[in-house]
Amino acid sequence: MSGFDFHGLTASFDGERVIGPLSFRINEGEHVGLVGKSGAGKSTLIRLLYDRLEGKASLVPQGLGLVNALPVFHNVFMGQLDQHGTWYNTLTLIRPFRRDKDAIRALLTELGIPEKLWIPAAALSGGQRQRVAIARALYRQAPTLLADEPISALDGPMAQQVMTMLTNQFTTSIVALHDVEMALAHCTRIIGIQDGQIALDQPASELTAADISVLY
Amino acid sequence: MFAYPTVRASLIFLAVALLGLLVADIAITTANPWQDLGRFFLGVATPNFFSTEGLLTALLRTVAFAFVGVTLGSICGFLLALVYRFLPVRIFCAFIRAIHELFWALIFLQFFGFHPLTGVLAIAIPYAGIFAKVYSEILEEADPEPGRLLPPGTSSIAAFLYARIPDCWVQMRTYTAYRLECGLRSSAILGFVGLPTLGFYLESSFSQGLYSDAGAMLILFYVLIATMPLWLRPKLLPLYILAAPFFLGDGLPIVWGNVERFFTQDIIPSPIRDGEGLAAIWAWLSDVMVTEALPGIWNTVVLTQIALVATGILSLLAFPLISNHFGGPVRRTSGHVLLVIARSTPEYILAYILLQLWGPSMLPAVVALALHNGGIIGHLIGRQTNTIHLRPDAPVGFFRYSWELVPRIYRSFLAFLFYRWEIIMRETAILGILGIYTLGFYVDSAIQNIQFDRAMVLILITALLNIGVDALGRFIRRKLALQTMPTC
Repeated sequence: MSGFDFHGLTASFDGERVIGPLSFRINEGEHVGLVGKSGAGKSTLIRLLYDRLEGKASLVPQGLGLVNALPVFHNVFMGQLDQHGTWYNTLTLIRPFRRDKDAIRALLTELGIPEKLWIPAAALSGGQRQRVAIARALYRQAPTLLADEPISALDGPMAQQVMTMLTNQFTTSIVALHDVEMALAHCTRIIGIQDGQIALDQPASELTAADISVLY
Repeated sequence: MFAYPTVRASLIFLAVALLGLLVADIAITTANPWQDLGRFFLGVATPNFFSTEGLLTALLRTVAFAFVGVTLGSICGFLLALVYRFLPVRIFCAFIRAIHELFWALIFLQFFGFHPLTGVLAIAIPYAGIFAKVYSEILEEADPEPGRLLPPGTSSIAAFLYARIPDCWVQMRTYTAYRLECGLRSSAILGFVGLPTLGFYLESSFSQGLYSDAGAMLILFYVLIATMPLWLRPKLLPLYILAAPFFLGDGLPIVWGNVERFFTQDIIPSPIRDGEGLAAIWAWLSDVMVTEALPGIWNTVVLTQIALVATGILSLLAFPLISNHFGGPVRRTSGHVLLVIARSTPEYILAYILLQLWGPSMLPAVVALALHNGGIIGHLIGRQTNTIHLRPDAPVGFFRYSWELVPRIYRSFLAFLFYRWEIIMRETAILGILGIYTLGFYVDSAIQNIQFDRAMVLILITALLNIGVDALGRFIRRKLALQTMPTC
């Protein structure tokens, strides 16, 4: 497979069109930064793309979608529920297997929260919750990533590290970011959204922060 | 003030209840009602815990029937909740929960006899219907997002176990525990139709005038319910559930011939059984309607409406008893005890006691229903007022009650009241077994006269009446935009 073609993406809210119609192509290997001011339609676009890819991508939604009552381990493990049989999954719910524990602990160590493995997601801070959602997306090991503000609650160095991890592991990624510097530093292509339309679409190497600021 | 739809609705219900009072049979017919009441309270004050060993056995059986019945009901209810979106399932559940435990017990008694299965099924069946509805509501409210994020190809069982159940677990557990408390009450009153639980011993002590024995039973029952948080530990639960079936007692063996006869002969309307043709069926049905169903429906509705309004008035009077906004800790603690007693006593037992003391009329039933349901709603809204923070210079005393608190809680008060409307009607029908002329009276008489075909028609009518009131209650709650909650 070499990339995705998106045609005629539209979304309406209460009968009012908020997105599109948009058509664009994402090539394999591209890391796309989606920028634009809040309310421009970035989140809606990420949702639309996820539906178009029929769930074949890892998704980090803005709401994170964690199961609050489950510990961090199970929230991350959910990324690979399709890899195991029902019995394996059910047993894991009661008593996880060692190799899964090791794999997920290693992942959480990279993200700086190994000690939270057995803490229910409800008891975590905003930044920790965000890292759990990222760990779940990484653990799923899909080739493509769709993420909506995945680093909004992380501090500087951790945000940098997470972006590096994401762009390293996923062949292709589309990440909505409000931090323009971060988008320029980690993405290969920038798509700017304004009033539900593409207002800017260029390789990141040809852009400066000032070029993007006209969108805001 | 009359511009508020909630106030208008309340006044309409009040007017209907006042009209009902004009036609209702409200009287005290015993010679010495207050003397009897005094002797009863004396009995409660001087309980006799050691008169018979039957007391502890009855308590044990009450707990055992509640555990087995509620466990079975919750398992079946959970399975039904998974397919609750299908209309036939919803209708089926509405139907089985519209028939009161005691009616189910009366039905099963006819063919299983005094076998433990009668008591277990009498609790399990209506509870399964209630569990199915509430569980499905809880499951529906779970956050759908985690499920959407699962990789495609995840089995639906794994998706359900990971993305849905954990979110609902606490709520389902709380609700099931609450239902277990209800199950203890249901189990206790099953004794009134002859099963070996508390009601049976209460009735026999009462009929012999042994008020101290009856008092001991009631006190033990309150202690049992009040200490539930202490003995109902999650770790001990499997033990209780596994042990409970062994403490149901032996009862009498099932005669399978009775079962067959019940379904193939007893419940077939007599004109069909005797092959008398269509005209005879019509005559039979209209006879049931005119002589039993219509008077039963009329009395049930009148009594329900009076009891509903009495419940409302009592809960508005009772909630300050436990509200932080009034009185000191001593008053509030005694208020708590009072409300716990009011809501822990099954209305059937309250009605039975009052009926013994005051003689048969609608009065004992109204008072019993109002005390029990008023205790429940008063407790719920009293707790709700404790979350209200008033400005420091807010008025105190009666003005605080009437200007600050009642307006704030009135909508949820009405929501609770309309939610309990159907429950009050179900109870009203069943109180007929005690000799008040509601539908239960006619069901019970038909069974006494071995006319099970008539009894089944009347139970069916009772169920339809309950379903109707439930729908009406939901319609009014929606119309008045009152938020509803399942646990009440």
